[in-house]
Amino acid sequence: MGVYTSTEPLVRMEQITKRFTGVTANLDVDFDIRPGEVHALLGENGAGKSTLMNILYGLYRPDSGTILVSGDPVSFSSPRDAIHAGIGMVHQHFMLIPSQTVWENMILGLEKLPAVLPKRSIRDRILSISGQYGLMVDPDAHIWQLSIGEQQRVAILQMLYRQANILVLDEPTSVLTPQEAEHLFTTVRQMTSEGHGVVFISHKMDEVMDLSHRVTILRKGRLVGTVETASTTKERLAEMMIGQKMIFQIEKKNIAPGRPLLECAAICASSDRGIPAVVRATFSVREHEILGIAGVAGNGQQELCETLVGLREVESGSIHLDGENLTNSSPKTFIEKGVHYIPADRKGTGLVPNMNVSENSILKRYWNRPVSKSGFIDWKEVFSFARSLVSRYSVSTPSMETPVRNLSGGNLQKLMLGRELSDSPKLILAVHPTWGLDVAATKFVREQLLAQREQGSAVLLVSEDLDELLAMSDNLAVMFKGEIMGVLDSPADTPVESIGLMMAGTPAEEALSSISEGGEKS
Amino acid sequence: MKLSVKIEPRLETSRKLGIAIPVFSLASALLSGAVFLFFMGVSPLQAYSTILRSSLGDAYGLSETIVKAIPLAMAAIAVMLSFTMLIWNIGAEGQIFMGAMATAAAVRYLFVDNHAVMFLIMFTAAGIAGGVWGAVAGYLRARWSVNEIITTLMLNYVAMNLLNYFVYGPWRDPASLGFPMTAPFPDAARLPSFWNTRIHAGLFLALLLPLVFWIVLRFTRWGYEIRVMGENPKAAGFAGMSYLKNVVLVMFLSGAIAGIAGMCELSGLQGRLQHGFSGGYGYTAIIVAWLARLHPIAILLVSFLMGILLVGGETLQIVMRLPLSSMLVLQGLILFFVLGGEFFRKFRIRIFFRGVPNPQPTISEKEGN
Repeated sequence: MGVYTSTEPLVRMEQITKRFTGVTANLDVDFDIRPGEVHALLGENGAGKSTLMNILYGLYRPDSGTILVSGDPVSFSSPRDAIHAGIGMVHQHFMLIPSQTVWENMILGLEKLPAVLPKRSIRDRILSISGQYGLMVDPDAHIWQLSIGEQQRVAILQMLYRQANILVLDEPTSVLTPQEAEHLFTTVRQMTSEGHGVVFISHKMDEVMDLSHRVTILRKGRLVGTVETASTTKERLAEMMIGQKMIFQIEKKNIAPGRPLLECAAICASSDRGIPAVVRATFSVREHEILGIAGVAGNGQQELCETLVGLREVESGSIHLDGENLTNSSPKTFIEKGVHYIPADRKGTGLVPNMNVSENSILKRYWNRPVSKSGFIDWKEVFSFARSLVSRYSVSTPSMETPVRNLSGGNLQKLMLGRELSDSPKLILAVHPTWGLDVAATKFVREQLLAQREQGSAVLLVSEDLDELLAMSDNLAVMFKGEIMGVLDSPADTPVESIGLMMAGTPAEEALSSISEGGEKS
Repeated sequence: MKLSVKIEPRLETSRKLGIAIPVFSLASALLSGAVFLFFMGVSPLQAYSTILRSSLGDAYGLSETIVKAIPLAMAAIAVMLSFTMLIWNIGAEGQIFMGAMATAAAVRYLFVDNHAVMFLIMFTAAGIAGGVWGAVAGYLRARWSVNEIITTLMLNYVAMNLLNYFVYGPWRDPASLGFPMTAPFPDAARLPSFWNTRIHAGLFLALLLPLVFWIVLRFTRWGYEIRVMGENPKAAGFAGMSYLKNVVLVMFLSGAIAGIAGMCELSGLQGRLQHGFSGGYGYTAIIVAWLARLHPIAILLVSFLMGILLVGGETLQIVMRLPLSSMLVLQGLILFFVLGGEFFRKFRIRIFFRGVPNPQPTISEKEGN
């Protein structure tokens, strides 16, 4: 451990810019890490936090900007270079090999290994590091036998084993129980007390306030600012993260809502890992109404939507659509009753990437006339249907035979939107419908959803873009840990800070009153 | 300026390229096969011309080629069906064995002295036996994600040894002088053969099945479902398709077709069940299906080509004293190049001088609206 001065940063990133096709992920971002500090990187999904850190870790090359390690400019072409420079990163999805043991994973990718692995010395080193940082784990256990929290410890150990001086943790607590998270914080504090620098990517305000020394806030790829944690408040951070309300205006007609179409009564469901993901969610959506669902990603929004299309079991509670009980019906029943779903994962769930535009256009109607007649598919009808979708929703594609994997995100979304909206659905579930889209495509998608509202559909809009939610929604529900913290009936008039607090777990009444009194919330 | 090579995805594969790539792959395989033959100490040209002459040169050669192509085409259709759904049925060989065993059992225990009735009985028995053999692996895969490559492969050995048990044990013909084989089938249990050759009625099934499955996959609702499920099971679930049901069904059908291929081979050609009866058709069928790019009609053509190689290989063995396994090397080379050719179908390689950027516009860049 060398001598360091607390003012000289371990790493400095200057004017980093990174563009992907059509999207600017980072624009002129400055960021530095000092020895002995936890530097939190805060921002909504898609704000560019992970991109910035992936650049630091050598996974992406910046289009412009420089990275300085202890004052010297460096150029990383792979994570290996970054690790050599003392930078380690633990991703949300751990890069571990499940069938191998902890100690085998520890030496994964290390260069210059002897032909016969010195198992004992590796194990000893693991035990000494894990003792030092409280990262208790059995070196001989196989990764698949470990809980997610333990796997995370292994991933951190892996970096420490490589003598990483700077550790980047990408949303480390999103997969942990509160106890595991507390344990992680102890480790992080131990590391900083020894002069390591830790970057903590998160969008959970409480943790950031609790753990970090400084906070850098990104919004839509740009740097909003870097502040000392001690001199700021949660509300201030929420504001910086979310930004000003109503940056854009869209035309939304005033229409009185009609009869309730979707009624959910105390529905409960579990995540893939068997943990409660939706907890007694009760709400309804009426004709001509958009219900927005706000919340930090991973608080049960995805699971909630899956129950509403028959892809996830409802353990208790009931789902009624237009008065009809559809609890735990099959996906096909939901489709036939007029529930249409625009999933966040376009290529993974919504479309079949290797099939062409026309084949994808009929995914939700291939069993119905006129596309299908007595078991056979009428490709002529399919082509004319696809052609009409493509022209009505202005999908830019070379032909109807182009595999959709070759379409851009905006065109994928338009195609999917066209498919889901083309037969006046009763209920539309739209999850992050404008994620990753450029301005024009975003506007188009929003207009289409509003048009459906006008025609009488009920729309459930899940998004992390609060601007979008506030502009689009008639009512806004906030989800936290699977629970609906409250439904706001005039979201546009609610202070952003209150919504931010609800997203962080404060019940509606408390969140609303604490802000309206103008007082600090303890 | 520096020469640099860039690999980029193709937006679309033209029809011309779709034909050129397999042809080029085949040519490359034969070329490297020539190198191999050269080192085996024979003239590659002579070897290849022997292959062609013996398999296509006269009526007998041609008929033998067709005889080999019949089980290949049927088994290739079987594996094609499961491959389309991205279920890797490597077990056609075992399913062929099961079909053959069921046929022999039907002849032994359910014999009816009538061609048509006996055909129906054997057809049904072979289909069910092969189908169940496939469906077991399918169910394990769909229900508990048990890797079907392993299960189908292992089931091959189970089927093979089961067959050995019967032909060495309870079903052995006392008159066979100790050879592991059953008694010859009675006439009613034989498929008719034609034109004084060994070509048998299995030919019609081998011609019919590709046509049927071409129509099924291309034009029916179920075919569409299978293709969607193969490409993206998640999207299939989202569209309301049942994965479990269809995996089991596809594996049943796949196994049933392979089983029926076994029945045809047995009752059309060999006339008695014996040790080592299939000769690896179930494995060669995998190469055939891939070479045909899982296109049912192309499978017919490729089976015929593979028939040429098999018949020619047998002649090479006799005339040039090459081991039969050298034909397996050629087959392996073909599969290797065909799989390698897949890469060029999806990607293009561009060579350009750095400093002269000349990027092809992609769709997303053209979009601009």
